[in-house]
Amino acid sequence: MTTSQVFLITSTFLACAVEMVEALTIVLATGITRGWRSALIGTGVAVIGLLLIVTMLGSAIAQIPVQSMQVVVGALMLIFGLQWLRKAILRAAGRKAMHDEDAIFAAEQAEARKHVQDARAPIDWYAFTICFKGVFLEGLEVAFITITFGVAQQQLDLAIYAAVAAFVLICVAGVLLHRPLSQVPENTLKYVVGLLLTSFGTFWSAEGVGVEWPGTDVALLGLLLFYTLVAYGLVRILRTSPNASIA
Amino acid sequence: MKYIHAFVWFWIDFIIGDDWRIAVMVVAGMVLTAFCIAQGWPAWWVLPVIVASYLAVSMTWK
Repeated sequence: MTTSQVFLITSTFLACAVEMVEALTIVLATGITRGWRSALIGTGVAVIGLLLIVTMLGSAIAQIPVQSMQVVVGALMLIFGLQWLRKAILRAAGRKAMHDEDAIFAAEQAEARKHVQDARAPIDWYAFTICFKGVFLEGLEVAFITITFGVAQQQLDLAIYAAVAAFVLICVAGVLLHRPLSQVPENTLKYVVGLLLTSFGTFWSAEGVGVEWPGTDVALLGLLLFYTLVAYGLVRILRTSPNASIA
Repeated sequence: MKYIHAFVWFWIDFIIGDDWRIAVMVVAGMVLTAFCIAQGWPAWWVLPVIVASYLAVSMTWK
């Protein structure tokens, strides 16, 4: 297995897992508070909608030439990666509040309790809509990440396997635990995914505009090491700097 | 119309995120890299240096 294949599998798996944990929190909070029937119907309809979009989007994206895909996907990966990495550095340095799935779960439950359910209605539309929106929007991000990463690397099958593995793992964990996956070190995961996406994004976008990397695929490891050192250095500097604030 | 508006904003928010300067910096970095290549200069280091500089500078932004 090549370095870029390992990067592709790891970054797709982790990025998808983080998005899926967020969707699972919404479904669990709604299902436990409002009942499972409508929550699961909303989730199921969202998954069917996503499958339809993925089928159409996948075949359309596959028609785009690989070098154009590398430029676009590389730039998008770099943008996503930097957004995640910047926030992860600020969180690790104590400058930004940690992402807390327990707090989000409690807030979702409190919101769900506020809405009165019509006992005569065949379906609880509040639970249906919340789960549909949560799963559809997070799922759209998962689908976009998986398809673009896979097509740009010309290894869509590997990206799909990684996304399916993340889906199965998060679903099994959700069913077994029956509560938000607050044990998942989401902030650490976002830090790692931010580093991977930034490295991968730099590699592809530069290669897309014509750069020939020294050492070809091995340059990915060099980029990962470089950004890890930069991020570590920034966390250290921010921790010792006096004007710390948590937003 | 409402749904088209929401759909467009979803993609803008998804791609640009909460800091438009990242997208501008990435595009500028790629243009500069392409320029260096067109001049025949070694350009592999340009984007990593720009990205690292952006990260350092952006830590001071609110």
